[in-house]
Amino acid sequence: MNNVTLTIDGIKVTVPSDYTVLEAAREANINIPTLCYLKDVQQIGACRMCLVEVVGGRGLQAACVSPVSDGMVVRTNTEKIRNSRKTILELLLSNHNRECTSCVRSANCELQALCNEYGVKDYPYDGERSETTLDELSPSIVRDNSKCISCRRCVATCNKVQNIGAIGVSKRGINTTVGSIFGRSLVDSPCINCGQCILACPVGALHEKENISDVWAALHDPEKYVVVQPAPAVRVTIGEEFGLPMGTSVTGKLAEALRRMGFDKVFDTDFGADLTIMEEGTELISRLNNGGTLPMITSCSPGWVKFCETFYPEFIPNLSSCKSPHEMAGAVIKSYFAEKAGIDPKKIFVVSVMPCTAKKFEAKRPELGHDGMADVDAVLTVRELARMIKSAGIDFARLPDGEFDKLCGESTGAGVIFGATGGVMEAALRTVYEKATGKELADVNFHEVRGIEGIKEAEIDLDGKKIMVAVAHGTGNASKLLDAVKRGEKEYTFIEVMGCPGGCVTGGGTPIVTSKELQYVNPKVERAKGLYAEDEGKPKRKSHENDEIKALYEEYLGEVGGHKAHELLHTHYTKRERYAR
Amino acid sequence: MALTPKEIEAKTEELKAFIAEHKDVDGPLMPIMQKAQDLFGYLSLDTQELIADSLGIPVTDVYGVATFYAQFSLTPKGDNVISVCTGTACYVKGAQSVLDKVIEILGIGAGETTADGKFSIQDTRCLGCCGLAPVMTVNGDVYGRLTPADIKGILEKYQG
Repeated sequence: MNNVTLTIDGIKVTVPSDYTVLEAAREANINIPTLCYLKDVQQIGACRMCLVEVVGGRGLQAACVSPVSDGMVVRTNTEKIRNSRKTILELLLSNHNRECTSCVRSANCELQALCNEYGVKDYPYDGERSETTLDELSPSIVRDNSKCISCRRCVATCNKVQNIGAIGVSKRGINTTVGSIFGRSLVDSPCINCGQCILACPVGALHEKENISDVWAALHDPEKYVVVQPAPAVRVTIGEEFGLPMGTSVTGKLAEALRRMGFDKVFDTDFGADLTIMEEGTELISRLNNGGTLPMITSCSPGWVKFCETFYPEFIPNLSSCKSPHEMAGAVIKSYFAEKAGIDPKKIFVVSVMPCTAKKFEAKRPELGHDGMADVDAVLTVRELARMIKSAGIDFARLPDGEFDKLCGESTGAGVIFGATGGVMEAALRTVYEKATGKELADVNFHEVRGIEGIKEAEIDLDGKKIMVAVAHGTGNASKLLDAVKRGEKEYTFIEVMGCPGGCVTGGGTPIVTSKELQYVNPKVERAKGLYAEDEGKPKRKSHENDEIKALYEEYLGEVGGHKAHELLHTHYTKRERYAR
Repeated sequence: MALTPKEIEAKTEELKAFIAEHKDVDGPLMPIMQKAQDLFGYLSLDTQELIADSLGIPVTDVYGVATFYAQFSLTPKGDNVISVCTGTACYVKGAQSVLDKVIEILGIGAGETTADGKFSIQDTRCLGCCGLAPVMTVNGDVYGRLTPADIKGILEKYQG
């Protein structure tokens, strides 16, 4: 790629010739404001916030779609530009629900931040407003169109990144609406509840369906025994909500905060992850040895599972029958733990803290429970838990390290890395290798399945027997991978799919990173680093070495993959229509 | 006019053939949607899904185009289609009060169809007979120099 040199606000900068003015300005440490731009997802020049003046050019131009050229002279900070940006903000506000004080995105809203920067103080263009709807029917996602600024970042994410197309832009002019077709609720669309649209939204038009009050109510109910379990990805993401650097591992503080909030037991979904590997690894070996359906595909990600049920039902027999880690943990808490502790399982209220909005949907699946009890009673996103910790007056960043409770609180490094794309695959391979070959792994690290490439593949040598494995993250990548398998171009034994790009660390329930920050940092990389570091530091890094898991099988479940394990830890799937008639 | 299942099947086959012919040309969506609109008189979810799947795009894209252009309808047209011109000449001669009267009598909005399937209302642009403004047509019959008081009598002729 050739380089070109241009001048932006008097600063000379040399960049590759395929850069846009916006990208070049970044290299010169100049921030150009954006709203509809989302790095690697959408650059359409629609919102006009990034207008700049190109000397010799006509009018103002959108920096996000203006290619650089050699000798170009750009101004980003003239009075005309500032005024036009301010006018755009005033126009957006004229059709925006300005309930900022009670908005879930207050202080983390890109529109609010720009209005502050540009000194927008009044609303000169108030007049007719769009008709709006508040869609609260989905168990995972709330869409409040009164706050939508029609930037289309959610649409591009749903359509182009995730290959779902549950939402689109309809009508025009002041009637322009972002949402599902025929004015349907998200719950009547092919939405997989992944919540990537929430991460894409610059304002408060999309957020998770809150379960905070359900959890406080349970904690305040003397009749309930409230147990909590945080997912692997929570420990490397929640710190950001308290001002800690991206990817900081705060496992001890998290356990301490949960205990101070009043949970009766603080268990760990990482324990459930180790348990998942025991069952899923055994299932894979059994499929390999008994001519079962291959490739086997992981089933930990409820966004992916619903995507498969809706768009690739022919792969349902390939899905592992294993429940996801927090559902397994929930089932074990309401059986094994209840029995050990002498507590009526009907009084136990299991709260899962997840980097995920689809887990809220999953927890409500009728098949995920036993004896009339759901395995998990409430799911909180990382963002919701952070809000609860703040309102409980807990100074999270300064907390000492706490511990998880015994019985369902121990985890190995294998359980920890579930939160990153490739992590479940690697954790499974560590156990499958040793179980299938009877030999000890010389090196537990499977670097070839790590990293953020959309589709990764590797050949694994099981002591002479070679198997091909693949990892896809984001349902758009999953589509590409499955299409290749369907066409017969690729043959695999084992596939890991995570519904969200980057895996759970960048799931739809994680802290929201603004589009401005995303130009400089990659949360998929930074947060995964925290998990791999924690894995590296763990004394045990293989699920089958977890002593509490061993005890669970010896004292309660019996054989791995046996009858009782199947009853509690496995599930089934259903083909779904995209649009119910 | 409600289609019989047999008619729907035949028209669906015709649409499929049209899609097969046009799916690989540049910008196939609009002509395919226009064909579907002509065949069925409206674009149902089934029709939109068929088009989307044939072109490998989400239904939301088809729906976006269907709701962007006024020429597409999402609901079946009634037995009698009333088009009230709201072009410039008709508008200055009081087309809005004519349209309002039609809306008032039928109890439906522009772009909608009565529950009994008898009438649909469309607001249309210039019909090319501005000398007769304000103008409306019912099933192609032209009525000109209208006042709101004329509407009741005209609609009664089509009550059937």
